[in-house]
Amino acid sequence: MAQQLLKKKLALSSNYAVAYAVKALDVDVIAAYPITPQTHVVEKLSEFAANGEIDAEMIHVESEHSALSAVIGASAAGARVFTATASQGLALMHEVLHIASGMRLPIVMSIATRALSAPISIWNDYSDVMNARDTGWIIYFTSSAQETHDTVIQAYRVAENPKVHLPVMVAYDGYIMSHTVEPVEVVEKDEALRYAPKKVTWPKLDPDQPITMGTITSPDWYYEFKYQQVVAMREALRAAEEADKEYGRMFGRSYGVVEGFMLEDADVALITMGAFANTAKVAAVEARKRGVKAGVLRLRLYRPFPRDAIIKMLSNVSAVGVVDKAISFGAPVEGPVFNEVAGAFYSSDNKPVLVSFIAGIGQRTVLVEDFVSMFKKLLDYAKVGRGPGESIYVGVRA
Amino acid sequence: MTMYFKKLTDIPREERFVSGHRLCAGCGAGVIMRHLLKVAGKDAIIVEATGCVEVSTTVYPQTTWTNPWIHVAFENAAAVASGVEAALKVLRKKGLIPPDKKVKIITIGGDGGTFDIGLQALSGMLERGHDVLYVCYDNEAYMNTGIQRSAATPYGAWTTTTPAGTKWRGEWRPKKDLISIALAHNIPYAATANPYYVLDMVNKFKKALEIEGPKVIHTFSPCTPGWRIDPSKSMEVARLAVQTGVWVNYEVENGEFRVTTPVPKRKPVVEYLKLQGRFRHLLQHPEEIEKIQRMVDEYVEKINSLAGKTVIGPVEGR
Repeated sequence: MAQQLLKKKLALSSNYAVAYAVKALDVDVIAAYPITPQTHVVEKLSEFAANGEIDAEMIHVESEHSALSAVIGASAAGARVFTATASQGLALMHEVLHIASGMRLPIVMSIATRALSAPISIWNDYSDVMNARDTGWIIYFTSSAQETHDTVIQAYRVAENPKVHLPVMVAYDGYIMSHTVEPVEVVEKDEALRYAPKKVTWPKLDPDQPITMGTITSPDWYYEFKYQQVVAMREALRAAEEADKEYGRMFGRSYGVVEGFMLEDADVALITMGAFANTAKVAAVEARKRGVKAGVLRLRLYRPFPRDAIIKMLSNVSAVGVVDKAISFGAPVEGPVFNEVAGAFYSSDNKPVLVSFIAGIGQRTVLVEDFVSMFKKLLDYAKVGRGPGESIYVGVRA
Repeated sequence: MTMYFKKLTDIPREERFVSGHRLCAGCGAGVIMRHLLKVAGKDAIIVEATGCVEVSTTVYPQTTWTNPWIHVAFENAAAVASGVEAALKVLRKKGLIPPDKKVKIITIGGDGGTFDIGLQALSGMLERGHDVLYVCYDNEAYMNTGIQRSAATPYGAWTTTTPAGTKWRGEWRPKKDLISIALAHNIPYAATANPYYVLDMVNKFKKALEIEGPKVIHTFSPCTPGWRIDPSKSMEVARLAVQTGVWVNYEVENGEFRVTTPVPKRKPVVEYLKLQGRFRHLLQHPEEIEKIQRMVDEYVEKINSLAGKTVIGPVEGR
């Protein structure tokens, strides 16, 4: 504890917390393109480079498509790499996202999540990351600047794990987190490298051992390549749990792949991600004051989806609401995470009443009181014994 | 011009682009790739755009490449190469790879991957000054997908998207000038090359690889199915392209322009056109042939003015 108190804390936004993590990890190549609300990450890293505080090649690319392409090239050449983006930038990368995971390269990218056009909105929601959820990337959603810092460091340990070799996105809420300053205990370089040592565990471009990467495959082979990704993604769940546990052992902070809050005796619970979890927790306490036994489950690891942990943690809850910050247009129920939660529960013995809430689209404000109302609604549906069957749009002028 | 290879027997005998690939018989790109690797040697990393050469040479689990080779997508080869170059630079500096070992980086793209979809990434790579040689094999259309026009398709050429019909007479726009675009980035070296003039081509590859910074070599790559030519005629067509002035072999080194294959007397352009089925529909329209001849004359005039003297002469008998 005394040692803990001596550790220095800096006042950092999640954007800067990412940059400090990248600095600690001795990343070799950084390629990124400016986009709101991510830009501070690249600016801070450029500042570090300009002052010789990091020894990395900065590639000031002409697009996000080239940003990811350049780090693919650098990673294939044996470098530890980083990029960052948001919104339209992530959408522009979309083609290359699939290739990065298909080529099994341990790339780490931070996303300051933001709504997608049109109409253009620079504000927060999860449309960008939800659009990329089937690209074969490991995806984390963090809910504080400290956790963002820690998760970027964990991400390298997971990505470079020889059983995994998959790229990782660390997503956090644009503006709500990217531009909010919080106290962050910054991990020093020697500690970070002890936790995630630099070792090229993946095949690389080397004239002394030439390999051909990114070949064309026939129907005789393509399927097996894709199945290997399935296996790697399953391994990633164990690797993420291990990485988090080891992080806790070394640094005294661990988060789990899912986090439960007041779930032990809860009648109703909300599944949330990112910054929403913080408001939802306050609302759960408030709801309990008003006689609703509320709890919160925060999904920190979204890909691979921690299905078993979710089912287990919600085994005694009678109604579960999933708060989605994105819309899956035309889906059976429009909340993308809701559909996955429903899919997970379909094969479980325990089937709570499930309710889909859509909220915070384009950063529409969601207050503690709004979450309290969601808890109350859950209680009503629990009494009836079934959900509404379609998404509830919180705070929309319909 | 520095002649690294004075005669054909000076070219390394070692085959690094090995046989067994699926390129068509008579493919110009095969000749270009084979000689590129002979010159590059072992210590070169190849970054390839999607295209004919990529799909024909890396059919899993086989490969034609004895060099480290990577393909990512169609439009981003120059960006991938930028990353490879940056990685080697910083890893060398940090002592994570041998600091004294010089590894060249070569990017290869077809005309679609270079003139069209990959132009932005190429511009970025050139502008940022990466130490990479970019080689374009230009077969003047999207041949890999089955002969669709690109920005490199010449005026009058039949393709499946510029067919000759009752209203259309093939492609109606002239070819984009790739090297002028490359030179606008103030790069130290840019050149054109033609596989029939193999010594000229290999010397340019070698020279470019010796120069530090971004380099572009635009190569002429006959396509037997796409140009509707007999597989035995691709080198003849390549030679006629130069002899008629349709194609000029030149280089621009630190801003200095030089024609490397002078042609004292040009052949009429019809000699080049009539060998290729893609121009067959024009033969019944003499005004089209005349128009193409005028376009070539104008191009030759521009080349001569850049050279400051007549290096490409007038058409024989005119």
